[in-house]
Amino acid sequence: MTALTTLSLAQTAAALRRGDFSSRELTQACLARIARLEPALHAFITVTPELALAQADAADHRLAEWRRLSPPFSSFANGGGPGWGLLGIPIAVKDVLCLKDVRCTAGSRILENFIAPYTATAVERLLAAGVVILGKTNTDEFAMGSSTENSAYGVTHNPWDMSRVPGGSSGGSAAAVAARLAPAALGTDTGGSVRQPAAFCGLTGLKPTYGRVSRYGLIAYGSSLDCVGALARSAEDAAIVFTSMAGRDPQDATTLDVPVETITIRDSTPLADLRVGIPQEYFVAGMQPEVESAVRAAIQTLEALGAVVEPISLPHTQDALPVYYIIAPAEASANLARFDGLRYGPRQPADGLWDVFRNTRGERFGAEVKRRIMLGTYALSTGYYDAWYGQAQRVRALIRQDFEQALARVDVIAAPVTPTTAFSIGAHGDDPLAMYLEDIFTLPANLAGVPALAFPVGFDSRGLPVGMQLMGPHFREDMLLQAAHVFQQATEWHKSSPMV
Amino acid sequence: MSLTLSQVEHIAHLARLALTEDETQQYCAQLSAILEHFTRLQAVDTSSLPPAASGSPAGSNLRSDEPRPGLERDILLRTAPDVVHDQFRVPPVLEEQ
Repeated sequence: MTALTTLSLAQTAAALRRGDFSSRELTQACLARIARLEPALHAFITVTPELALAQADAADHRLAEWRRLSPPFSSFANGGGPGWGLLGIPIAVKDVLCLKDVRCTAGSRILENFIAPYTATAVERLLAAGVVILGKTNTDEFAMGSSTENSAYGVTHNPWDMSRVPGGSSGGSAAAVAARLAPAALGTDTGGSVRQPAAFCGLTGLKPTYGRVSRYGLIAYGSSLDCVGALARSAEDAAIVFTSMAGRDPQDATTLDVPVETITIRDSTPLADLRVGIPQEYFVAGMQPEVESAVRAAIQTLEALGAVVEPISLPHTQDALPVYYIIAPAEASANLARFDGLRYGPRQPADGLWDVFRNTRGERFGAEVKRRIMLGTYALSTGYYDAWYGQAQRVRALIRQDFEQALARVDVIAAPVTPTTAFSIGAHGDDPLAMYLEDIFTLPANLAGVPALAFPVGFDSRGLPVGMQLMGPHFREDMLLQAAHVFQQATEWHKSSPMV
Repeated sequence: MSLTLSQVEHIAHLARLALTEDETQQYCAQLSAILEHFTRLQAVDTSSLPPAASGSPAGSNLRSDEPRPGLERDILLRTAPDVVHDQFRVPPVLEEQ
């Protein structure tokens, strides 16, 4: 049954509709692979086999009905059209998105026994499309981290090299898809948490425009930055997941009324006249030379496919790191105030109310979460607010303006996702600033709210994947996905899988 | 840019975090190093633009204010740490003098 797990999502969807195999058979193949590889990989916090098989049976029922009612399905070679692309497809969900009646930990001991009271809108929409949920994937605690080492439930290993991190914070989702435990997974990207693990694990990862996908039912970290995104093995697969969950949700006032067009990925569209900007600020001293050369080679491939490449400048790129690490912790310090030991999670016994708060939070939050709460509390505190939080918001406006000005000249911006390939577990030990510096290339897109798509463009000498990202104007996920698809039609990087 | 131990203790108090002495020392050193690295922000000229509160391409999009059912009480209470008479039980809010 292992062969079933080697297909792309689009191929799997077409095979399910043809009846080559059932969703139950497929789900069983995924669950068997999870059982075999999880001890070494640890991609999941919670696996939900019974739920998955029940959803698979329901999907098989709908598929049988569809076959009975539909015209010959041989014409559905490429996914089968809108609305059907996910029926019976197993996916994994990052453990910060709520699924009703299933434990949701956010990677934290403060939520170790929390059972979600409702389902996140993004997940609900995928369920309506007929997905099968295999389980909840490992994450840095409250999505705060770049390696998944900050999870209270253990470290996830990179399937390309088990001694290395899968990236983070959506490291469990990335490891699961790269190891072919699932054809796609949901992640969240606040400062790069979909794109960086996608790059480290050789996947295609989409961070949509801010406000494109509802945050209702997502355990909040940085509310002005959080985006629900997809990790998959190709741009075509990521497009299917993205279009199924995007769009206005009355439960999230930041979601937008802009219609989500069905993204029709065209195999034959050349990149004629696509203007690609290359920001000089993203090719910095100290980056791994193999990353730079793979990204530059990929840019040449885009050019060979018809794109017009030109240098651009995003002058405030270096400021994105301090701006992000003031704004996100400030928002986190407010969002995480709700974890007080009164309404959910364990309560640390103490004499008075204040000590219940202090002891529960002090005992149950991990080191990085406490560090960010402290940093954010400081940046918002009397006497320091304007110098830190206020100034960060003002510089954020400049970063946003950088993108507006650049994207008036070019259609998309191409850049590396990370300065290096996947680093070793424990490499950044107790040096938080070194870990923050891993995010320098992914933070600006979140601060500007623009969509960004990471995809594989090569390997380093150790055989570790290298990623490139395309960033584009608000709402133009379709352009990024189409360009990456054309690139993937001409290259083989995304087809490589780790030997696990 | 260097924080003092008493500043760190004050921040921990504001954030309602009980820290051990070791943690206080460690956060003092780490937060000082992080803020030192971030001082470059103070030099950026921001006079040309108003501040940006978000990356959202549009403002917020409010739904109509109509009553609708909320979540069920039993579901909300099922993972509470202490429940009595279908309510959250909490330690006394007002402390004795």
